[in-house]
Amino acid sequence: MATKYELKSKEIWDGNTAASHALRQAQVDVVAAYPITPSTPIVQNYASFLADGYVDGEFVMVESEHSAMSACVGAAAAGGRVATATSSQGYALMAEVLYQASGMRLPIVMTVVNRALASPLNIHGDHGDMYLGRDAGWIHLIANNPQEAYDMTLCAFKVAEDKSVRLPVTTNQDGFLVSHTAQVVEPLDDDTAYKFIGDYTPLNPMLDTSNPATYGAQTEEEWHFEFKASQHKALMESPAVIDEVFAEFEKLTGRKYNRVESYKLEDADIALVVMGSAYETAMVAVDRAREQGIKVGLVMPRSFRPFPYNEMAEKLKNIKAVAALDRSCPMGAMGALYNEVSGALSANGQAAIMTNYIYGLGGRDTTAEHILEVIKETNENAKAGKRVTDLQGFINLRGPKLSFN
Amino acid sequence: MKNITTLKEFACTPDRFNGGHRLCPGCAHGMIVREVINATDDDVVVSTATGCLEVCTAIYPYTSWDVSWLHIGFENAAAGISGAEAMYKALSRKNKSFNPDKNVKFVAFGGDGGTYDIGFQSLSGATERGHDFLYVCLDNEGYMNTGGQRSSATPIGAHTTTSPRGRVSYGEKNRKKDLTMIMAAHGCPYVATATPGSKHWKDMAQKAAKALSTVGPTFINALSPCTTEWKFKPEDTVEISDLAVETCMFPLYEIEDGHKLTINYKPKNKLPVEEYLSKQGRFSHLFKPENRWVIEEIQKEVDRYWEYLLRREEAGV
Repeated sequence: MATKYELKSKEIWDGNTAASHALRQAQVDVVAAYPITPSTPIVQNYASFLADGYVDGEFVMVESEHSAMSACVGAAAAGGRVATATSSQGYALMAEVLYQASGMRLPIVMTVVNRALASPLNIHGDHGDMYLGRDAGWIHLIANNPQEAYDMTLCAFKVAEDKSVRLPVTTNQDGFLVSHTAQVVEPLDDDTAYKFIGDYTPLNPMLDTSNPATYGAQTEEEWHFEFKASQHKALMESPAVIDEVFAEFEKLTGRKYNRVESYKLEDADIALVVMGSAYETAMVAVDRAREQGIKVGLVMPRSFRPFPYNEMAEKLKNIKAVAALDRSCPMGAMGALYNEVSGALSANGQAAIMTNYIYGLGGRDTTAEHILEVIKETNENAKAGKRVTDLQGFINLRGPKLSFN
Repeated sequence: MKNITTLKEFACTPDRFNGGHRLCPGCAHGMIVREVINATDDDVVVSTATGCLEVCTAIYPYTSWDVSWLHIGFENAAAGISGAEAMYKALSRKNKSFNPDKNVKFVAFGGDGGTYDIGFQSLSGATERGHDFLYVCLDNEGYMNTGGQRSSATPIGAHTTTSPRGRVSYGEKNRKKDLTMIMAAHGCPYVATATPGSKHWKDMAQKAAKALSTVGPTFINALSPCTTEWKFKPEDTVEISDLAVETCMFPLYEIEDGHKLTINYKPKNKLPVEEYLSKQGRFSHLFKPENRWVIEEIQKEVDRYWEYLLRREEAGV
């Protein structure tokens, strides 16, 4: 029996500490992980919790992230609560098994601390890893600060393990900017947190050996399509559960989360779409822009997958110009947020002027001043009634200006 | 430990691996798998690497497995079973077992591709971590599921589709990796070689029973003659297995606690390797005059290794 951890009503936690306490409170049965910067402290903290008797599950220190996710799949199929943590190259090494985890409908929770992908090697935050896992069949939730890293991780278990979802979930926080930045976090006490998540009752556990279960069967052209389609259906229908979980969480904590977050959008003419810690920087920029008379608001998909198409379009229905800010190099296309938001608007007959900005790769600073510039450019498009700025620009990139049209 | 006495009695054990699978006629995989998972009366959870065994035995909506079964990928059968075993420990500790009155054993099967090559890291990791499981390598000395490409288990001189014989080639150039010894070097409590031959069925079943009753990571390297890619008649599988042992191409031995080596069978008259090679199409080119030297080299290597085993056993260290 695990010892209870006495928490204060307000703790000073960085994102890694917040995520690791959420894993502890979930009383995960098996954590299989491999440490990697900047998520290493999650794994270290969990090891300390185990050493001090605050968790009583199994902690499997594997030899690679590929084996970490493989052991998570084996453990989850065996029939218990499973979680892990990773970043960047570790995420990339897991990529194959991410698809296998979701294909077997295993509700694994992975706390991801987002970091750039090499080459060149870089340990700092961007969303390259999250974008890599975009089509892997996982739900991806976004946390912008340590409090949200804690809250989203608790919610992740409840969403993943819901019987109508049964899909793995990542919670994402920006490397260093969130993972290593200490802020005030208001945690739940252990009992309340566990009660919120609830006991896990597995479906078809391998360890129920009286009723043998098969995981990972072969399907060829006869069945593969049906399995993948049903997996997609579960993802597309998961918003109902995500909304329920967020509503229950609000009742418990007063903290309200939405699949599309917004800031000062009600009277806005223009909007920025941005995920992660830059959302909070952009709030400062929005306030400054409004002092200068620019009616600008912000939106953020709280769930990058499933992408909230209709809710996004609804939020942006009166907006004249939108700038989508992607923190991942799109490599030969527009950024993912640009594409998703454009699609959401187009599908709903909306025609806001769309532009794309790439920012913050490899931890490059993006300040309120930089975002204020983006707001001003976006406002130019709104005033002109057509795009007069570059289709794709780069924020705070050194050297000559780079843009694509 | 299950007491295995007569073949008749052992054959009457309720089957956990059923017929109707799609393995080739004459494939040794099914024989090995049946013997291994019937060598315990405890419940069994199996993980299988991508390969012949996997693609032929669990084609949705059918399965040959009457035990819980997991397949993730080619390179992670050991990591997957290690996760399942960890969950078993965790749930037992938390009094949340599904069948508290039953013991569960964990067995992973991989071909030589999934074991010697792409899955080696995962196997080494799971072994080093000390999980309580048995890993069985179904060693057919190549990637036979995909048309017979070489692996690091392919012996010198063998023709495969990626080490083909040709005008200037005698086939595979590299010696077979000594995986059994490498696994012993991990300090596993029990490591053994086995073959599904007519003379050695009991040796294999007893080794499986011993491995399954040993706490900690155990490993059996089972030679699995491949009728399709080694090019012999399906009815000759058992004969080929026996010849591998009689020529000492694949000696039967076990190593306990990482060091204590016991040879389980010593041929009275060690047969020349030609007896084994000549029965298989994959080696037929070696009998051309220009390639005869390869056979001599193989013989020398087999003799050297056999001598090494004998001396190591005698030394008892």
